[in-house]
Amino acid sequence: MSNDNASSKEKVTTTDEFIKGLWKDNPVFVQVLGMCPVLAVSNTAENALAMGLATAFVLLMSNILVSLLRNFVPKQVRIASYILIIATFVTVVDYAIQAISVELHKSLGAFISLIVVNCLILSRAEAFASKNTVWKSIFDALGMGLGFTFALFCLGAVREILGNGSLFNISLFSEGFQSWIVMILPAGGFFTLAIWLLIINGIQTRKTKS
Amino acid sequence: MSEVANIKTQNLDGSKKMLLAMVGIGIISALLIVSTFELTLPRVQRLKAEALEKAIFEVLPGTVKTEAFGVNTNGELFKMKAGDKTETTIYAGFDSNEKIVGYAIEASGQGYADIIRILYGYNPDKEILIGFQVLESKETPGLGDKIEKEVHFLNNFKALDVSLANNGKLENKVITVKQGEKQNPWEIDGITGATISSRAIGNIIGTSTTELVPILYHHYKKNHQKPTESNE
Repeated sequence: MSNDNASSKEKVTTTDEFIKGLWKDNPVFVQVLGMCPVLAVSNTAENALAMGLATAFVLLMSNILVSLLRNFVPKQVRIASYILIIATFVTVVDYAIQAISVELHKSLGAFISLIVVNCLILSRAEAFASKNTVWKSIFDALGMGLGFTFALFCLGAVREILGNGSLFNISLFSEGFQSWIVMILPAGGFFTLAIWLLIINGIQTRKTKS
Repeated sequence: MSEVANIKTQNLDGSKKMLLAMVGIGIISALLIVSTFELTLPRVQRLKAEALEKAIFEVLPGTVKTEAFGVNTNGELFKMKAGDKTETTIYAGFDSNEKIVGYAIEASGQGYADIIRILYGYNPDKEILIGFQVLESKETPGLGDKIEKEVHFLNNFKALDVSLANNGKLENKVITVKQGEKQNPWEIDGITGATISSRAIGNIIGTSTTELVPILYHHYKKNHQKPTESNE
């Protein structure tokens, strides 16, 4: 903790920024942000993963740009400019996914454009990137983005296994398995989210008690 | 007084700054979007063309060459030139002996979420549909999109009866029935959990075949005796 440790102290804080998004401040399980894509696109593991990664990319790029421009954008128009920046990267992602695979673009459909209104990205721009250095913002975005992807995948995997009897389109059960169609329907999203929130909150309360 | 003037100049400065910031970000955004669009466009177009080509080969097994046709107002096929746009496009598939294997027909109609675009293969020799592919759909992932994945549903299109009656019209219109209730060769076995989407496919194919199968059948009868004609 002496002065010559200043650089390592800096490192500790950046890893902290990274870790907090993954677990302590997980955007889905703790902050409960961005529920629209969480509930809508988590019906299969593949969709959940693709959506999570697309969101993480937009989050990363917008955090970098917002942080770079943080001294240049006047306070009054900051929200408008954040939305402009986010929408730009969403459009970029939309084209990129189309260029990577038509199939993937087909399955994500309208939800890609909905990343614009994911309040997770706007909240990171407002609460973090506009007040911190680019370096820290990158780690914050990576942590939050991967945390979001992880949470979406948790939901998607459970819903696909129970609702479709498969994981990544690979059948897990024998022919006799009666899939729970409700898990793929919107209601299943709420059920699964509730169960995950229960589990995660249970673990965290136990942690703070002990 | 001086204070008021001060605030005024401050405001002016402030709005200038705001304007500058918004315009600046706008220009950056526009540049980013346009450059990604330009960069990805050739690849996206190539992928889409490839997907269509692949779909044609899949719905018409044995095809080595395709040719695009449009339908004119007299109900006759005409060869499409590059850049032509028509309401319905039909791709004739030829085998290595320049004989017509069948026709791949593009059709579209209202699904559950949006317009569904499909491609199906017609074998005029046996008068059956031999293949089916979804080209574009926004059906609910996990439910409606089963029309692209469910094996038992896709099996419907291995030999779907579209034979013509003596009057030159389709004998039986293609229709989707409830899952497990298929009894006739022209019925499509539907999907439980994707009722509307699978019914939509039945409707799209029903409407399209009623109109096009007689035309295609005549085109086939006229051309397949003289296969060299298609060589022009």
